[in-house]
Amino acid sequence: MQGYLWFVSKRLLQLLAVIFCGISATFLVTHLSPIDPVEQVLGRLSGRSNLPPEAIEATRVALTEMYGTNEPILQQYINFWLRLVRGDLGPSLLAFPTPAMELVGRAMPWTLGLLTTSTLITFIVGNLMGALAGYNPDNKFLKAFGLISMGIQPVPYYVVAFILLIIFGYFLPILPINGGFAMDVRPGFSWPFISSVLQHSILPATSLVLVGFGGWFLGMRALVSNVVNDDYVTYAELAGVKRETIVGGYVIRNAMVPQLTALAMALGGVFSGTIITEQVFNYPGIGSLLVDAVNWGDYSLVLAVSTVSITAVAGAIFIVDLIHPLLDPRVRAE
Amino acid sequence: MFSVFRDLIRYNLEFAIGMVLVTIVVVFAALSFISPVDPTLIYMSMPDQPPSAEYWFGTNSRGQDLFWQLSAAFRNSLIFGITVAVLSRIISIAVGLASGYIGGWVDRVLMFINDIFVAVPIFPILVLFYFVLRNNMDSFTLALIMACFGWPFDARLIRSVAVGLKHREFTRHAVFSGMSTRKVLLEEHLPYVMPIVFATFMNNMLWSIGLEVTLAVLGFTNLNNPTIGTVLYWANSHSAMVVGVWWWIVIPVVLIVMTFLGLFLLAVSMNEYIDPRSRLRRMGA
Repeated sequence: MQGYLWFVSKRLLQLLAVIFCGISATFLVTHLSPIDPVEQVLGRLSGRSNLPPEAIEATRVALTEMYGTNEPILQQYINFWLRLVRGDLGPSLLAFPTPAMELVGRAMPWTLGLLTTSTLITFIVGNLMGALAGYNPDNKFLKAFGLISMGIQPVPYYVVAFILLIIFGYFLPILPINGGFAMDVRPGFSWPFISSVLQHSILPATSLVLVGFGGWFLGMRALVSNVVNDDYVTYAELAGVKRETIVGGYVIRNAMVPQLTALAMALGGVFSGTIITEQVFNYPGIGSLLVDAVNWGDYSLVLAVSTVSITAVAGAIFIVDLIHPLLDPRVRAE
Repeated sequence: MFSVFRDLIRYNLEFAIGMVLVTIVVVFAALSFISPVDPTLIYMSMPDQPPSAEYWFGTNSRGQDLFWQLSAAFRNSLIFGITVAVLSRIISIAVGLASGYIGGWVDRVLMFINDIFVAVPIFPILVLFYFVLRNNMDSFTLALIMACFGWPFDARLIRSVAVGLKHREFTRHAVFSGMSTRKVLLEEHLPYVMPIVFATFMNNMLWSIGLEVTLAVLGFTNLNNPTIGTVLYWANSHSAMVVGVWWWIVIPVVLIVMTFLGLFLLAVSMNEYIDPRSRLRRMGA
């Protein structure tokens, strides 16, 4: 237990370092560029006369205060952190005067729901099937399965999402391909709304599952087929231990360790895949928000989305890392 | 090296298929050097022509001959992928070998930095760079940024091999005969990690080209530079599928799948080749 606490505190320190460095990087990128953010935003705004002048003025004040363009850079940096700790990154332009953080908060549940569901499904199902395929290398069905996942796995997210969109948008219009829920239902805790949300999430989630699945399947298959010939498996087979126990209890458990590491590594990639998927299916999550923010030149919103997503991905990796020693006796011993 | 290659072609179907696919794509991309048209110009031919004897892949709504357009796009994307892969390999070899061989606090510091880079999601950072630089972002800058994030995972792999090499007999011989650390790493240890470097090279290319496609499709790169991603971006922005210019989407998608599948198969079969157990199984030993 003592060792585990030590491990957790070390990891926690690393998590804080990651968040600190990531957010500092976002700050640096925005400040070391030759472009003055305030003027850039205002220039983009003046091209759009649909904003009231007081909105432009308030934005100018907010931006100048936020970036403190007249102060030394260290002072700006400290101010940035102070504001960030309060969760305040200024008003967004997309929905003036809503704070940028509030928009992120509204979009977050959609992305989290989509990501958690699809990642859990791909990870669990992919690893189970992969383990079975590794343990029974001669099974025809699993062999075919391996070939299919090999074909789909390297294809970029965008292409898979787009193929689904073409199929269900043009040839088989049975599933909704646009938005998070239907226009004619009122958001709330009611069956029509929930079923509409579920229906709208099928295609985006499917595209994420299709792309992610192959990697886990192939990785697990390779790991298991190497373990299968190990002495302890042969011994267990000779001792008459049930096959299910061997696969579930010994083989998967041992092969799970590198897969968990891989999961931590993959989380960042999964996030960027979600952005694309949301864009293709017009899903009201963080990804769509980020794209809109960039296209509109909405500075505060871009910063808000970046900081929140860096924190979220780093946090998710941290949680996966905490499970790690519980599975691996070698790490536990350390 | 050549005998390894021959073995792979002979005993490994995946490698052979991957090799064929990648060769086709590379040849196609190389054709852009003799392209009769400048791929950055628009309205050079009749727009929206379906594939025919004159225009093999048809033309798009911007009046570009898709065959030459895609050829240039694939050349740029492949060069981009190779640039990122080479740059990030240099970092990961340096960090991995040094970390594994020197050990101690050097190892700890390097791996701490390594873990930080693993956990920072690159996509928001890239978007942020585009947001600030807009069209001043050329593909080399983009490659440089991606390379800064593409090394940590492979550095860890290389480190694990280097730790094993450190305790081998020949390393001690080299050290006792007065070789400098730099020489031991470059001349004695580097050949051992080369197979890993090659396999991860392909993976890294896949990763960076995929990321470039992602960025470009969203419109977050310099759209006047023909790459795989920007071709898709323009096809999307002209709603090619809706107006019936299907070849503008289908042909690039087929080529992308070929490229990615080819590189992926090469990476997988190289990985398998590195692991002697599966190599033996394959050769029927």
